[in-house]
Amino acid sequence: MNADMPLSAQLINLFASVILLLAFAMLAQRRVLTLINLFALQGLTLCLSTLVVAFTTGQAHLYWSAALTLLLKALLLPWILHQLVRKLNVKSEIEALINIPATMLVGIVLVMVAFNVALPISELSQTITRGTLGIALAVVLLAFLMMITRQKAITQVVGFLSMENGLFLAATSATYGMPMVVELGIALDVLIGAIILGVFFFQIREQFDSLDIRHLEKLKER
Amino acid sequence: MSISGLFWQIFAIVMALALAPLLTGWVNQCRAWLQNRSAPPLLQPYYMLHKLFHKDVVLAHGASTLFRSVPVAVFGCMLLACAIIPTLSTDLPFAPAADTIALVGVFSLARIFISLAAMDVGTSFGALGGRREMLVGFLAEPALLMVIFTTAMISQSTSVVTIVETLAHRDFVIYPSLAFAGIAFTFVSFAENARVPIDNPATHLELTMIHEAMILEYSGRHLALIEWAASLKLYAYSCLGLALFFPWGIAEGNSIGGLLLAIPVLLAKLTVGGGLLAVIETINAKVRIFRAPEFLGTAFLLAVLGLLVRLMLETRV
Amino acid sequence: MLTLLPIDVLLISACTWLAIGVTGLAAPHNLRFVGKFLFPLGALVGLLAGLTALEFLGASPEVAVLAIGLPNLPFHLRLDNLTAVFVLLLGFTTVGISIFAAGYFRKGEGTAPGLQCLQYHFFLASMLLVLLADDAYAFMVAWEGMALSSFFLVTADHRHAEIRRAGYLYLLIAHVGAIAILLSFGVMTSGSGDYTFDGMRAQAHTPFWASLAYLLALAGFGAKAGLLPLHVWLPEAHPAAPSPVSAMMSGVMLKTAIYGLLRVSFDLAGAPQWWWGVVAMGIGLATAVFGVLYSAVQSDMKRLLAYSSIENIGLLAVGLGLTLIFHSYGMEILAALTLTAVFYHCLAHAVFKSLLFLCTGSVLHATRERSLGKLGGLIHRMPWVAWLALVGVIASAGLPPLSGFVSEWLLLQGFLFSPGLPHPWLNMVVPVAAAVVALVAALAGFAMVKFFGIVFLGQMREPALKDARDAGPWERVGLVWLAGLTLLLGVLPSTVIGLIDAATRQLLGTGLADKVDAHSWWMLAPISPARASYEPLIFLATIVAAALIGRALVRRLYHGRMRRTPAWDCGYIFRGPRAQDTAEGFSQPIRRIFEPMFRMERHFPTSRDAQPYYSVKVGDRFWYWLYLPLVRLVNGVSTLITGLQGGRIAIYLLYSFLTLIVLLLVARP
Repeated sequence: MNADMPLSAQLINLFASVILLLAFAMLAQRRVLTLINLFALQGLTLCLSTLVVAFTTGQAHLYWSAALTLLLKALLLPWILHQLVRKLNVKSEIEALINIPATMLVGIVLVMVAFNVALPISELSQTITRGTLGIALAVVLLAFLMMITRQKAITQVVGFLSMENGLFLAATSATYGMPMVVELGIALDVLIGAIILGVFFFQIREQFDSLDIRHLEKLKER
Repeated sequence: MSISGLFWQIFAIVMALALAPLLTGWVNQCRAWLQNRSAPPLLQPYYMLHKLFHKDVVLAHGASTLFRSVPVAVFGCMLLACAIIPTLSTDLPFAPAADTIALVGVFSLARIFISLAAMDVGTSFGALGGRREMLVGFLAEPALLMVIFTTAMISQSTSVVTIVETLAHRDFVIYPSLAFAGIAFTFVSFAENARVPIDNPATHLELTMIHEAMILEYSGRHLALIEWAASLKLYAYSCLGLALFFPWGIAEGNSIGGLLLAIPVLLAKLTVGGGLLAVIETINAKVRIFRAPEFLGTAFLLAVLGLLVRLMLETRV
Repeated sequence: MLTLLPIDVLLISACTWLAIGVTGLAAPHNLRFVGKFLFPLGALVGLLAGLTALEFLGASPEVAVLAIGLPNLPFHLRLDNLTAVFVLLLGFTTVGISIFAAGYFRKGEGTAPGLQCLQYHFFLASMLLVLLADDAYAFMVAWEGMALSSFFLVTADHRHAEIRRAGYLYLLIAHVGAIAILLSFGVMTSGSGDYTFDGMRAQAHTPFWASLAYLLALAGFGAKAGLLPLHVWLPEAHPAAPSPVSAMMSGVMLKTAIYGLLRVSFDLAGAPQWWWGVVAMGIGLATAVFGVLYSAVQSDMKRLLAYSSIENIGLLAVGLGLTLIFHSYGMEILAALTLTAVFYHCLAHAVFKSLLFLCTGSVLHATRERSLGKLGGLIHRMPWVAWLALVGVIASAGLPPLSGFVSEWLLLQGFLFSPGLPHPWLNMVVPVAAAVVALVAALAGFAMVKFFGIVFLGQMREPALKDARDAGPWERVGLVWLAGLTLLLGVLPSTVIGLIDAATRQLLGTGLADKVDAHSWWMLAPISPARASYEPLIFLATIVAAALIGRALVRRLYHGRMRRTPAWDCGYIFRGPRAQDTAEGFSQPIRRIFEPMFRMERHFPTSRDAQPYYSVKVGDRFWYWLYLPLVRLVNGVSTLITGLQGGRIAIYLLYSFLTLIVLLLVARP
């Protein structure tokens, strides 16, 4: 039961839950700027959770990755996104393809799926916080859902980044971190990806005068 | 059931009766400060009740007996709710009468009474208010039940007293699911107490009112009882929230020392809670009535999510 | 000295009911004789049956064999505790309904009163026989008798084409269900040819055949009970029938289907599989949500109640499913908890729904109006009916301290303690199902407020309502009886659970009584008081005391002055009855939030309309998804077959001739 978990494990569980909560909040959010702020908050929570893992296990490289997370996901990327929103004049309301309560219902089902799928896997793991694996998977799936149901390209980027948050959570909490090289690589990938997408936004808008991804549907062969 | 238990039970009820208008007054005062208005006196709700009790009842021609009996019935329901929620001590002789599920039932019972009374005179605004109240109600009630389910799963009990004892008097443990439940509970209590994102307690703008629309035809002592009951409801919800999520300070037995400590702790918690309520009300805008389902649907889903997180993270061997 | 066993008394009751019915034929048009003598007599017999069952509960089973029926296949009858619970329900509900009916039937309404008396009492007797039957043959005979007699009762007012249509639909689905039940019994005999229930119990069913029998029974009894998707007859037949008959059908007949389902799944089909429960729970949840949403948007008061019955049947199926899940995993205490909830809800629903249907009967008689849009304000003219209906409404909304809440509470307790199921998916799905149940319960409150508020409160929507008269003395007695039972079921849960515990123990081997009895009689604590407790009597007493003391204090300290003026309504001038919410207006939020659930035909007024009006018709999606395609298919096939029917006798003879030749060729010794 919960009572005999050490405090650090409890804290990690708490942070994992908050990350899940934020993933849901992002799913339910209508405004782009709030969405980005929520994403920044998610990054911050992830950083805290990594710090706790680092402190408990004494693995020095986790401090580095925590710092990286803070820098990249809680500060830099949100700042870039804010800039993008301002420069691109994105309308503040996000139009969803499916209405929000229905999306949330699907989200609940996804969480159940994720928890159940993760159950046998997390049984293999030896770490005390293996329960968070299900949450990490759920965050990934929810981010995916957000990318599917939203129309604005910018929310898709946020979804993509949030998905990476989920993966990172799985890595740190379930297996106490990936090798540093892998982490650096991923971090770099994400940064580059976001920048490339940012460039794309400008191109898309040049072309269609809007950031609505439905316009991309026209780009098919006839 | 001991004599001292009974005494403290009655003391808790009397304290609820006395403190409830004070809490309302405090929230109004905080709101006024935050909105740069000069605040009404803290005791304003009492003056209001006193004034209303003095006035004659002006009853509409079409009002039936039901209309006249509803204020006392609602008042009785809220009093019962206050009696079973532990505020000072967990030694409550009345507590076994209703567990948390029945507590939700008490609130619904009061809601149904007041909605029916709203429809009784047969005015357009009354029925509108009744309908909206039921709309808010049927969305809020399942969410509240799910919140209660989460807390009940942690303590393996639906009895409020046992929940408080489990959470407050054992080793300190972080329950992530309680965070979800707590947020959901906050949403629900805003909706249920006619607070800002859903309703505005200060409004008399016809098209936006819910609670006020229902009690338009009430006057005199009837109105006083209903207003008092509304304060009691706010008090009951605040105490329920405190009991479920911040139970520290509630005495377990009825030792005088523990109880004497519990009173200032409760007052402090209510003061902070009322202030927070005012802050949240001030920084939020009232949503359209058809955004209310979204708001409460979110609460419902959060509570369900809390339940799932509970099952995922906290029930492993 | 001749001793009468309880089963004999019940048989005598059934025979007396039949005799009363036949006596009704002697003077079919003598309303006084039929109404004021025969129906009350039937009520007495009902009381006798109910008391017998009450006396019997807890005793060991009794059997009887009636030498009627087919050669070598007499009627086997058996009275055990499961049967007794439902006989109790039948008997006590009948008392209220029959007394009400004594004052209800009037001259010149469809079928002659004497004939209706025969149909009604035949209906009662066949329901009793369904409960007592101990072999498939007797069961099916009684089941069909029940279906036929209720069909004739539904079509009592057969001059309306609409009512004939409703009756036809009812009969059709009843028979589809009967076929499934028959097949289920056939599967359970495993080809042994022994159609007694004892024979079926003795068979060792393989999981496949047991599951097939269960699914067939679920379909068959589900058709009778109104489970999705075989529910369509219910909202048609209930409003069409005279109100006592609607009450009887909704209150008692639907429960016989639940009885059948319990009998098959716990008693006859062998050890249950866990997924049986999941199926029942899934269908039950869908039915409950569907029922309550449609109930909330109806604008005909009897249809509203009919859909609400569908919702309650759904909840019963959820409870049944949960019981099966717990039972299959050997968690007997929890199974006992949810099974008790099922029994309790059967009793509670039987009583409060009959009460509500009878109230609509009184309203219908007083106003000749079923549409909510033309009622209103009846609390002023019909205070008895209104206040008694309020009791039913509160119970039906599942609110404390009345009967509906107790079963809801027990069911939620069952859900709450479900974690620990050895199946991870179930472990997560079951709490979410509890969320749906909570939503259904809350929506039921919405529907009930709409029902009561629109019918009894507000201003009268039509001038003719001014002449409405309150229910007569017979009707009042019937209503008071049912309201009293609702109150008793609400405030004395421990006593009632002590009674029905015998049936729980019979099906599961464990019961709740020893746990419940361990505490004071006014306290309900099925597991332990630290875990969950509920004391409805204290609950009620506290509210009443607080209300009374509050009222007295206010009057003492201040005053009790009051004067009457026109309503204020924010000073608006348009305050006529037309300014009130209509039934459609009241349920608009539901239609809007759950729009995809409904099939709506709406007409909106435009600015150019000379007489602008708004109308909305809510249709059942199942009708369009499932039934109409089916009808088209059947019609298509029939058109093809019509080709065979040339009309010339020579051709028909040719068919017979060809058949003969083929048979001769095929059939060889």
